[in-house]
Amino acid sequence: MKIGALTEVFPGENRVAMTPDSAAQLAKLGHSSCIQSGAGAKAGFSDATYAAAGVEVLPDAAAVIAAADVIVKVRGPDAAELATLQDGQTLISFFWPAQNPELLEAAAKKNLTIVAMDMVPRISRAQKMDALSSMANIAGYRAVIEAGNNFGRFFTGQVTAAGKVPPAKVLIVGAGVAGLAAIGTSVSLGAIVHAFDVRPEVAEQIESMGANFVFLEFEQTQDGAATGGYAAPSSPEFREKQLAKFRELAPEMDIVITTALIPGRPAPKLWTEDMVKMMKPGSVIVDLAAERGGNCDLTVPDQKIVTDNGVTIIGYTDFPSRMATQASTLYSTNIRHMLSDLTPKKDGVIAHNMEDDVIRGATAAHMGAVTYPPPPPKIAAIAAAKPKEKAKELTPEERRAKEVAEFKAQTRNQVGLLAIGGGLMLLAGLYAPASFMSHFIVFVLAVFVGFQVIWNVSHSLHTPLMAVTNAISSIIILGALMQIGSGSFLVIILAALSVFMAGINIFGGFMVTRRMLAMFQKS
Amino acid sequence: MEFGFTTAAYVVAAVLFILSLGGLSGQESAKRAVWYGIVGMALAVAATLYGPGEGLWWLSIVLIAGGGVLGWIVAQRVQMTEMPQLVAAMHSLVGLAAVFIGYNTHIELAAVQGMDEAARAAAAGFAQTLVHKLEDPQSGALISILRVETFLGVFIGAVTFTGSVIAFGKLAGKVDGKAKKLPGGHLLNAAAAIISVVLLVVYLQSGSSLALIGMTLAALFIGYHLIMGIGGADMPVVVSMLNSYSGWAAAAIGFSLSNDLLIVVGALVGSSGAILSYIMCKAMNRSFISVILGGFGGTTGPAMEVTGEQIAIDAEGVAAALNDADSIIIIPGYGMAVAQAQQSVSELTRKLRAKGKNVRFAIHPVAGRLPGHMNVLLAEAKVPYDIVLEMDEINEDFPETDVAIVIGSNDIVNPAAQEDPNSPIAGMPVLECWKAKQVFVSKRGQGTGYSGIENPLFYKENTRMFYGDAKKSLDALLPMIE
Repeated sequence: MKIGALTEVFPGENRVAMTPDSAAQLAKLGHSSCIQSGAGAKAGFSDATYAAAGVEVLPDAAAVIAAADVIVKVRGPDAAELATLQDGQTLISFFWPAQNPELLEAAAKKNLTIVAMDMVPRISRAQKMDALSSMANIAGYRAVIEAGNNFGRFFTGQVTAAGKVPPAKVLIVGAGVAGLAAIGTSVSLGAIVHAFDVRPEVAEQIESMGANFVFLEFEQTQDGAATGGYAAPSSPEFREKQLAKFRELAPEMDIVITTALIPGRPAPKLWTEDMVKMMKPGSVIVDLAAERGGNCDLTVPDQKIVTDNGVTIIGYTDFPSRMATQASTLYSTNIRHMLSDLTPKKDGVIAHNMEDDVIRGATAAHMGAVTYPPPPPKIAAIAAAKPKEKAKELTPEERRAKEVAEFKAQTRNQVGLLAIGGGLMLLAGLYAPASFMSHFIVFVLAVFVGFQVIWNVSHSLHTPLMAVTNAISSIIILGALMQIGSGSFLVIILAALSVFMAGINIFGGFMVTRRMLAMFQKS
Repeated sequence: MEFGFTTAAYVVAAVLFILSLGGLSGQESAKRAVWYGIVGMALAVAATLYGPGEGLWWLSIVLIAGGGVLGWIVAQRVQMTEMPQLVAAMHSLVGLAAVFIGYNTHIELAAVQGMDEAARAAAAGFAQTLVHKLEDPQSGALISILRVETFLGVFIGAVTFTGSVIAFGKLAGKVDGKAKKLPGGHLLNAAAAIISVVLLVVYLQSGSSLALIGMTLAALFIGYHLIMGIGGADMPVVVSMLNSYSGWAAAAIGFSLSNDLLIVVGALVGSSGAILSYIMCKAMNRSFISVILGGFGGTTGPAMEVTGEQIAIDAEGVAAALNDADSIIIIPGYGMAVAQAQQSVSELTRKLRAKGKNVRFAIHPVAGRLPGHMNVLLAEAKVPYDIVLEMDEINEDFPETDVAIVIGSNDIVNPAAQEDPNSPIAGMPVLECWKAKQVFVSKRGQGTGYSGIENPLFYKENTRMFYGDAKKSLDALLPMIE
């Protein structure tokens, strides 16, 4: 099959759906490829590099559409572009079928097969083609860079000869892929990063990236995993709590990056006008949800504005396109993975297997019919989080009572054991001769000391411990030594044998232990 | 004859032994601790030779030196992978020595009892101690106690001897490692134990040599049969248990010889072995009794069906994954020891670490055939000990790990322990390596582990089987890590 990439027609779109590298990989699947002249120019890939990778460079879109069986693009087509496609062709690109029903209808009428990259189900197997994640990753990174560009100070705190510089404080709202990428970037730039998300289970991820999770005291929690890893709309009470927390944080924060999105709905308003007013002049807000209305009240999509109190609000919607080279590399790899799943035999023949969860999920139109929305995938996207058993918070009185009870139980145990042990000793003492008892005391004390000492031996030294105890258990040689001076010949023989064997043990045991211990070394 | 000097030396030696064991709490202090033990032993032997053991001291020294040379040579030559066998073999020596010394006490006692007044007065050394006992006003009770002590010493020594010989055979592969029992099973052991008790009563009454010999045979049988019935996977428990026995045997002998140092050291060794056995059993979530009685018991239903297939991978695939990974956890097991692969593992670790990857080792408490076996092998191969972690320290890190490599372990990474309540190893704490993003299992073939339990890990979606001898596989892998 021939894969063709078109130049993006959307104004300001710099990305391209095929790179020379991805074309080379496609060749391994048995596909040939072609590209519209100049398609990669804005992403830093010249026609010459494509040609060198074996891609046929065609002069215009019409030629590509005529030559190719499968068209790959970044942005979804507009009505005009869709009309130019040939009947029966396959289009792989972002499509947003839920937002573009008429377009989808038109595509089905033309008997096009639409593979919507934004519909790839979020399951582990499909991660390699999850273009939303790879674009969100870029957006998160770029958001921090844009913020830094508009922020007049360092991210990292420094003490210099010219004075002390406080570190920047960054708040990330929404810890999805973009949020996490933003956390990682700002942490590595040296900022103090706080992050918030309505899904309590991501606290761990946030902390693993080096940010502080903004903890919200709230009883009702929801399981974000049930909604495919996205946050669901929250209750009004929860929202109030959340906004109150943000109001508390707003005056301290230098940079706020909001990434909160709810699938199929406008972005929730989380950063209200009064919060912006509370912020220090020079602070920066980057609203990654601008395309869907923005998380901040004052966001103007596609624009950077400065408020009266000197807060910069960035509402760009084209962060991935601003890093066109990187975005194109990742996106074209996602496309390539999608094609490799569509070409299971690697023979250049596309088998559109509608039984496959991933392919079925991403296909919005096929064989003249609209196939959106897909049935729920057979495998649950993310295992539902097990309800965490909360350790009951004890009041100080309860805790004290518990401690006292534990102490009492422990005391009872110990006293009981001591009493029993003491009783047994007394009983033995009543009957056994004194000379026996003196040895017996020594024995009991030695056992006691042994138990106390051995518990502290570290696990990794258990083998040396065995070797040492083995070596010192040859102390039995003393018995043989005491007997070897006997008059009886048989006794001398047996004692001599024992001395010999114990001798082997002493030297062998200690030598081996020393050998082992000498090997343990720190890096 | 009193030996004040000897007693003083014994006190010092006992303190040194305690310090020696206590020093094993850390890698660095352990190196000093061995010297405490050596000095303590030298002091104890010297003091005994000078004091109560003065007779034929030249013979003693020659024999100690001879045995020492032999022990030295063995200790120099032994491979670290053979450590379990060596320890078992050495336990058998202590056990046999205890038997001999017990017999000596018996013989001397009989001889002394047969002596007339003049001969008793002339008796020296050990015989003299016995004379004191006989002439004590409480001599009846003292002799009875002495007989019980001797009897116990011989009994424990004999069990330790045959038990250790069998354990050695199993560990060295000279005896089939599978659990085997004679027809009659534990009834035979119980019968032998009852015979021993009966013989104890007979011996107490008569002091008859035949009773002692009969009991010795019964004890030898118990040692043999008990350890034959325990499978190879339980060997860590067996070895530490025998270690404990050899200590108790020494303590019993110490009682019979009225030697406090023997009692102290025997008790130290005995309790140390007992604690080790306890720790091992806890790591397998099994009771000590069920390990000793052999075999896995108490399955309550059919094992969970294992679905899926084992997917193989070649060295190239593993190398590619390792080159991409940032964090790697290696889980070594007995298979690594068998294949002598620890050097290759170390080399792999060095290469990966040189590339800035986070490589760590996860050690299950019962990995290998000896407590701490894996730590010693990795140390031998110069893997720094601070990246070798215990199960509890590392188990929570698997979800954040890119690649987990299982080298020759099976049961300790078996998810059935957590997922299948009917599994024979249900509830045993295991290394949760399947939570890593990718798991590679280096394994010789498709067989099951020592316990014979199917391992669902091998069928998991993120598991790839890297078949072949561990050392050869790793050596093939090494050049591909760049």
